[in-house]
Amino acid sequence: MVKSRSIGSRILYAANVLVLFIFALSCIYPFWYTFSLSISRKSAANAGLVTFYPIGFTLSSYKEIISDIKFFNSFWISIQRTVLGTSLSLLVAIMMAYPLSKTKKEFKARNIFMWILIFCMLFNGGLIPWYITVKSYKLLDTIWALVLGGSVPVFNVILLMNFFRNFPDDIEEAAIIDGSGPWRTLFTVIVPCSLPAIATVTLFNGVYHWNEFFNGLVLMSNETKYPLQTYIQQLVVNIPTDTELTPDQYKRLSELSNKSLDAAKVFISIIPMLVVYPFLQKYFVSGIMLGAVKE
Amino acid sequence: MKTRRIIVEKHYYLMMLPGMLWLVLFSIVPMSGIIMAFQDYNPGKGIFRSKWIGMENFRYLMQLDDSKQVIINTLIISVGKIIFNLLVSLVFALMLNEIRNLKYKKFVQTVVFLPHFISWVVMSTIVIGVFGYTGVINAIMGWFGREPYLFMADASIFRQLVIGTEVWKEFGYNAVIFLAALTSINPNLYEAAAIDGANRLQSTWYITLPGLASTIVLLGVLSLGNVLNAGFDQVYNLYNPLVYSTGDILDTWIYRLGLQNLQYSLATAAGLFKSAVSFIMITVSYILAYKFADYKVF
Repeated sequence: MVKSRSIGSRILYAANVLVLFIFALSCIYPFWYTFSLSISRKSAANAGLVTFYPIGFTLSSYKEIISDIKFFNSFWISIQRTVLGTSLSLLVAIMMAYPLSKTKKEFKARNIFMWILIFCMLFNGGLIPWYITVKSYKLLDTIWALVLGGSVPVFNVILLMNFFRNFPDDIEEAAIIDGSGPWRTLFTVIVPCSLPAIATVTLFNGVYHWNEFFNGLVLMSNETKYPLQTYIQQLVVNIPTDTELTPDQYKRLSELSNKSLDAAKVFISIIPMLVVYPFLQKYFVSGIMLGAVKE
Repeated sequence: MKTRRIIVEKHYYLMMLPGMLWLVLFSIVPMSGIIMAFQDYNPGKGIFRSKWIGMENFRYLMQLDDSKQVIINTLIISVGKIIFNLLVSLVFALMLNEIRNLKYKKFVQTVVFLPHFISWVVMSTIVIGVFGYTGVINAIMGWFGREPYLFMADASIFRQLVIGTEVWKEFGYNAVIFLAALTSINPNLYEAAAIDGANRLQSTWYITLPGLASTIVLLGVLSLGNVLNAGFDQVYNLYNPLVYSTGDILDTWIYRLGLQNLQYSLATAAGLFKSAVSFIMITVSYILAYKFADYKVF
């Protein structure tokens, strides 16, 4: 390619490197900011002195959390729903994707099922009918409302289906000739060979369940049943939405909370995400390309 | 052989069963609740005995000043997000593509990808902190002698704030598709252009951008389905009554109408309006994507 380069293009290149660095910095800053707040002295944090680095290093916020039963309760609920929700929807998605990856010749009702799924992905009854339905099943205040409430992740089914479709027929046929039924073929031959797709779907679901706060807010009637995100939402951003408010009141309300303690809670809630992030990055890229659409 | 196929098919149905059951219970049964949009729904009486009032709820909604403003807000925010998400992630991908130091490239890509995986609940605590009275923005403004300003309470900049923070959170993620498309451009083209004396800007303009055109069009078309989706999670966690005039969107409005003011029928009607329009837009966008870009979603 071009070997001798003019001064102008060098300046342009340096500017490019610099701008990208600022982009990157802006994406790290929030994490650094939250972390700094969480290890700063309470008075400094509440007075808003912490902007770029911690002031008055202390771990008292983290010590305070250790004895906070409500926080750990919500943390536990989040773990439960993430594990249950992720594994359940993965299992269901695998079981649906396999028959749907067959041709119409092999599975006659395939197209009918496919259309039902697509319709359910594109159309929904809306918030209120959904809420009343879940309520009528007597699921409010149970973990199952959080696990099942979001319905079938159709997008995952389609993603897995596309992956299974590209599975070489020869291997599957060999398994069938050896006397393997459809269940055994699916779980002992196809699933072990589809780990990248399954990892993608698992991570999609895991992130969804960990980050989801709205179902917790709507379907749980009291704070002892809130998942972690809902707990944090109520704690930090809770500004009354139904009353009149003046700018001064807003300012006072937003200054009311214990900022370093809140930041410590927020930071702990991000840690699981940071731990799985290397895997996320590896598989999400292939996942996006596989589906090439976002949910 | 034929009997074997029938037996196998039976197992296929069995495999579909749990998923279909889940779908029926949590997607299809709620759809029947749409009837409430045409009723004067009374929770005590239930769906079967509430009074049928036809299109009255929709007529009432159309008359409200609120509903018009909410739809305008939704459209401005969502269209702004669609445009700037495309634009910023495209520019970012092009800039990153110019970097020749692979380690630096990898570092930038890793970092900008991160905010996508953090929930809006957490992000909004950070955004509110950063734009708060004592946040970084005010600190920097302070260096230039400006008085601290309460950004989050200013209705005139709320939409820009929502669009800006969304683009900031998602540009790294959205750039992935562009970065992948960039690798599929034939490198011989760049060499040929360099021999012909083209500089990097020229080769970007005449080779890279046309090479990405189909991806840009495709992403634009597919995002049409989101015109009534301005992002509930984000707005709900960032807004406050002071910015309702510009920041209240369909989803947040429906939520307050239905679950806080308990106007079930009105909220269902508004929700149905949103679902129906979105459904039509997505279907049209998929058809367009298939026709023009030969892109098959299913």
